[in-house]
Amino acid sequence: MTRSIQLDDLGLDAGGHLLIKQALAGARASERIEVFGRAPHLAIHLAAWCRAAGHHFVADEQGAVEQRGGPSQRRIGWVVKGVALTGRWAGAERAGSARGSEEQAVVEAPSPRWGLAARGALVEAGGPDFRFPLGRKSFVWADEAARLYEQAAAAQWDPATAIDWSSARDLPDLVEDAVVQVMTYLIENETAALLVPARFLAQLHPHFREVMQLLAIQTADEARHIDVFTRRALLRRSDLGLSTVGGQASLKTLLDEPDFALASFLLSVLGEGSFLSLLWFLHRTAPDPVTADVARLAAQDEARHVAFGLAHLQRHLGNDPSLRARLATAVETRYETLRHTAGLNEEVFDALILLAAGSTAPDSIRRGFAAVQDLQSDMDDGRRRRLARLGFTAAESTALSSLHTRNFM
Amino acid sequence: MTRDSTLVLGAVAYDAKVVPIWEGFRRWFAEHKLAFDYVLYSNYERQVEAHLAGHIDVAWNSPLAWIEADRAAAARGRRARAVAMRDTDCDLTSIVVVRADSPARSLADLRGARIAVGAGDSPQATLIPMLHLAAAGVEPGVDAEIVRFDVLLGKHGDHIGGERDAARALVEGRVDASCMIDGNHLLFAREGVLQPDATRVLFQTPAYDHCNFTVLEDARAELVDRFVELLLAMSYDDPAVRPLLDMEGLKAWRQGRTSGYQQLERAVDRFDTISGWLARVGAAQGS
Repeated sequence: MTRSIQLDDLGLDAGGHLLIKQALAGARASERIEVFGRAPHLAIHLAAWCRAAGHHFVADEQGAVEQRGGPSQRRIGWVVKGVALTGRWAGAERAGSARGSEEQAVVEAPSPRWGLAARGALVEAGGPDFRFPLGRKSFVWADEAARLYEQAAAAQWDPATAIDWSSARDLPDLVEDAVVQVMTYLIENETAALLVPARFLAQLHPHFREVMQLLAIQTADEARHIDVFTRRALLRRSDLGLSTVGGQASLKTLLDEPDFALASFLLSVLGEGSFLSLLWFLHRTAPDPVTADVARLAAQDEARHVAFGLAHLQRHLGNDPSLRARLATAVETRYETLRHTAGLNEEVFDALILLAAGSTAPDSIRRGFAAVQDLQSDMDDGRRRRLARLGFTAAESTALSSLHTRNFM
Repeated sequence: MTRDSTLVLGAVAYDAKVVPIWEGFRRWFAEHKLAFDYVLYSNYERQVEAHLAGHIDVAWNSPLAWIEADRAAAARGRRARAVAMRDTDCDLTSIVVVRADSPARSLADLRGARIAVGAGDSPQATLIPMLHLAAAGVEPGVDAEIVRFDVLLGKHGDHIGGERDAARALVEGRVDASCMIDGNHLLFAREGVLQPDATRVLFQTPAYDHCNFTVLEDARAELVDRFVELLLAMSYDDPAVRPLLDMEGLKAWRQGRTSGYQQLERAVDRFDTISGWLARVGAAQGS
């Protein structure tokens, strides 16, 4: 029996092609579909549409009239299905599966031709060849990525409301200057922490969607940190503090590291790991509530960054234990590169003491100095603990932690 | 004629996409053991002259360029042949469109009207519709004002911009009627240039054909045969070929035919479109 469609007064210039396509989808090549309708230009449009779509149109010169209850519809003709409609999807490939929790949803080596397609989409063959250097699951994936992304999405905070900016109070000039110097230093470091994942994000195959989302939200976290640190610095001052050659040289080695595993080891595990200690230190010792709040909010975000770095490196090491030696070498190489630079600038070190002291009274300074000593020890503990989680021995962890940049990040 | 075993094709660069199209075809032919190269011309007349001078083996000709090649060849005792064309080159029609509220009911009613056409050398949007207008007793330029939308003259209306501008002029009331290919009436509706019920088709031409691959009688048969054989073998199922076919606007290549150019032949004669060019080419070649 010949299939037929009634378009009523719907023209192909108003979406009628959808019904034609629907009818053709269920037809075999060369099958005829009878088209009825009464839109004014239907015959002209059907012929043109069929020509462009690879179908054939046979006009009904007689135009048999069909009565269907309502106003009469004329038979315009027959659409003869061409082969092109099915041809486009010959050789199409399913790009994994959307649900990351499913076995085999994320493949080890997604085709570069899957490109930007959603994971789980049916991808037409013959697409452009994308170049995503980070295209292997073993090098980038962490099963925790989805959970960390969900946490990050739920934990986004609004700088305007999460911090009570009105709680700022006047501090002694030297202490305020110290806070501004620490903020200046944090901004510089967070800029590196934004750019490093952003650069790898652009190299990552979008098939690894959860990792892509996590890196994206990580850069957004850093953008917000830069924002609140800047706002805090400008509360009582119109200029920011100092930026030194040594600090920038240390951060530049992070930007210069082209290897994803090595860069995330240096940045997320060692650098941001150390920053966790620093931010909680600032939260505890801050001379004013605004400084305490910005440090706390940033520290909560940084904890996720460290967690992802550890998670994907643990997985990577599980697949390739030889990575461990390369990680160690990366720390040693960075140390060699930076050994002739000043490391943490004295102004930042002094500022941390003053900030923790809260005043210039000798007793306060002594307390501040001791607190910074404790901070450095705390950072070292944290680094050694994380290195141990990556399978380094206690001796290796101690040695590598001691070689970590004096600039902290 | 090129002396090595490379088949050289001429095409007109009516749009930047022409380069990726022919680069893609060049790669595909190379993979199928046909040495193929292409030369781009800025206009069809230059291409036809180059073809006659033996610079290229095959010309991707507009219908008007086909007539130019056919007649210029014949004037020299030579012979042009259409070897292949797109499925979408077969059986086109042009339409003359008016606003829905227009009092016109036939072409004859366009006496005294302003009629928008495409580029002056566009077969589909100018020459063929004007032929039918004249046949209906409305002499273009005399009984009706012809408003040309010349986008890229020399490209024989390959650039759709002229037709789109003409359609806009109709919508905006600057003209009383507008000429276009049937499919563009649908396309302009989809683009929002034309509202679905705002226009009415006043006239539709009989079917005619569009572009073809033209060769001259001295073309190297083995190369041309292989070229045509490979074209006809191109399948829309093949993902390596499909993007090229999509860009060039076809689903399958067909054997060439020249039965669909009669309306344009009559229009070219009626409006004396190419005699100046033919005389110049003849003079330039000393015939």
